[in-house]
Amino acid sequence: MTNELKLNNVKKKRKKAASLDKKKARAGWIFVLPFIIGFVFIYFPIIFDSIKLSFYDINPLDSQNLMFVGWDNYSSALFENPDFVQVLVEGLGQMVFDIPAILIFSLFMAVLLNQKMAGRAFFRAILFVPVIISTGIMEYVAQQDVNNSYMSGGINTGEEKDGGGFVSLMDLNWLFGDSPALEPLMQFVTYMINNIFNIVNRSGVQMLIFLSGLQSISPAIYESCQIDGASAWETFWKITFPMISPMILVNAVYTIIDSFTTNSNMVMTHINKQYDNGELYISSAMSWIYFLIVIGIVAAVAGIFSMFVFYQRRND
Amino acid sequence: MNATLRDPSKKIKVDFERAPLKVRIKEKYLSLFFLKKVVWYLFRLILLIGVTYVVLFPFISKIMGSVMEFEDFADSAVILIPKTFTFDTYAAIWSELDYVTAFMDTFVISISCAVIQTIVCCLIGYGFAKFKFKGSKWIFLIVMLTMIVPHPTLRLSMLTSFKEFDLRDPISVILGGPGLFELIGAGTLDMRNTYFPFIILSLFGIAFKNGLYIFLLRQFFRGVPDELEESAYIDGSGVFKTFVKIILPLSIPMMITVFLFAFSWQWTDTFYTNLFISPNQGVPLLVHLVEQYPASLINEASKLVSVQTRIYSAITGTTGIMIIMPLVIIYAFCQKFLVQGIERSGLTAD
Repeated sequence: MTNELKLNNVKKKRKKAASLDKKKARAGWIFVLPFIIGFVFIYFPIIFDSIKLSFYDINPLDSQNLMFVGWDNYSSALFENPDFVQVLVEGLGQMVFDIPAILIFSLFMAVLLNQKMAGRAFFRAILFVPVIISTGIMEYVAQQDVNNSYMSGGINTGEEKDGGGFVSLMDLNWLFGDSPALEPLMQFVTYMINNIFNIVNRSGVQMLIFLSGLQSISPAIYESCQIDGASAWETFWKITFPMISPMILVNAVYTIIDSFTTNSNMVMTHINKQYDNGELYISSAMSWIYFLIVIGIVAAVAGIFSMFVFYQRRND
Repeated sequence: MNATLRDPSKKIKVDFERAPLKVRIKEKYLSLFFLKKVVWYLFRLILLIGVTYVVLFPFISKIMGSVMEFEDFADSAVILIPKTFTFDTYAAIWSELDYVTAFMDTFVISISCAVIQTIVCCLIGYGFAKFKFKGSKWIFLIVMLTMIVPHPTLRLSMLTSFKEFDLRDPISVILGGPGLFELIGAGTLDMRNTYFPFIILSLFGIAFKNGLYIFLLRQFFRGVPDELEESAYIDGSGVFKTFVKIILPLSIPMMITVFLFAFSWQWTDTFYTNLFISPNQGVPLLVHLVEQYPASLINEASKLVSVQTRIYSAITGTTGIMIIMPLVIIYAFCQKFLVQGIERSGLTAD
């Protein structure tokens, strides 16, 4: 009798628990609903049209109507357009330099800004200025600016692509002796220094994310390291680096996406130029090729990085 | 000794062997440890000042160019600091271009977009953070994908879809059927040169960079302990009441961060603005002022042919400064929330 009652109770409880889960799932759907509606009724049609249009072109006989041309736009983008492939390769090559530079710089600055010192709030505020201000139209204004290099008295601030940077490869070779093994490293360092303006401007959000990651590391771990006699260098590589590695993954993905999709990007500029020249459908095809490459790279980087990421606690 | 103990006004003095002051100072300040500290301190300071310079110099040069008399550009002795200060450039832009109307329009668009986006992204982010439902991971992946799609990909189709706005379900899109408005005979809406495209995209969390906001807010809400909500549920509060009354007040710094991003990125955005709004069609925006030059300044510049490009660049820079001025003021007030919001989030990437 009592057993039966207990069993009944248990059953009732289970039923209730299940209904609570259902309720929560329903609430979850309601919270996410705006995005789902927007995606299904607005975003998806736009995406679909975009894919469709990349297979169409203006009918030469009847300019009011579009004509299905199959893969023609894609093949002409890849094989007939003189610059696209070259720009694509160059753009990707630049990315290979850019992304590690931004990641290293933002991690370094985040570690610096996380230390206790006088004027920390001031420096933090200054370093996040570009995130808020140097976007969109200001990027364009900066590109047009010729006074910058005049006013800095001949020192260029990295806005010019080549010639007369802060430091040249020769200087570095002179400093460290030119051993061939160090050549790629030297090139990278030169690149980083000469593009410092660009790098600083693009690493704001990454710095924020790293900073928050650093804040979430428990001070107790550092304390015990100190007691055990670890140096700051060792502490960084043995504690900070593994603990921050999830942030490195997030930031790597974010940096790739961000630098692939800003309008100042070479490939984007090229595609926009095609669009402005009236090659609407070819530019559509080009941007889909580009998108597929971006997805591929993001997936590859995320896959490779996530093998090395260290999680303090695994939930789920 | 005893006497000092009895008298409370006198300090207790305990004698012990202590190295003389000279030795102590020598030990403290002439050690390698101290040297390392000083070097590191100096290195850090110089580095931070250098980076600050790199960040600020373009703005300094623009400000200097904006208050410079045009003759100074031709003077080779003038590099950064102008010989004669003038606010003529500002005055000309203020009076001859549509600055005030453009400012008001941009303000209305940016503030409405920022408010809507903050609220909508909060809802969506909370839904992803705290509720487990079938397919939530897939939907979140789609949110991330919307962030990856490069702008030019959608340029053409986004323009046509808002030129002939209609509610279309996916099946009719694929089969090429008519939309809802066409079915009821209302015809499609032309939404160019209005605020509607911005508002509609914001309402559904698919506007510019909304994927990032949703991600940041989701990470933030994940850091909020579940016990808070559980105790609220036990006390009989519903899911939405808990969200509004308990979760939102906690997340104000993060919301301000997202608001700041949304506001300033909308303020300076060129992609959507140029796509939906053409400058001569009744809705002037600040972004459109950049390529315009006041007639009186063009007149003056034509007298100084040799440095004309520099003068035009200085005018563009001045317009740029006038565009970002409000953002600088807002940032000055909100910047402490920017770090706080992210700091408190305990952002983890799992």
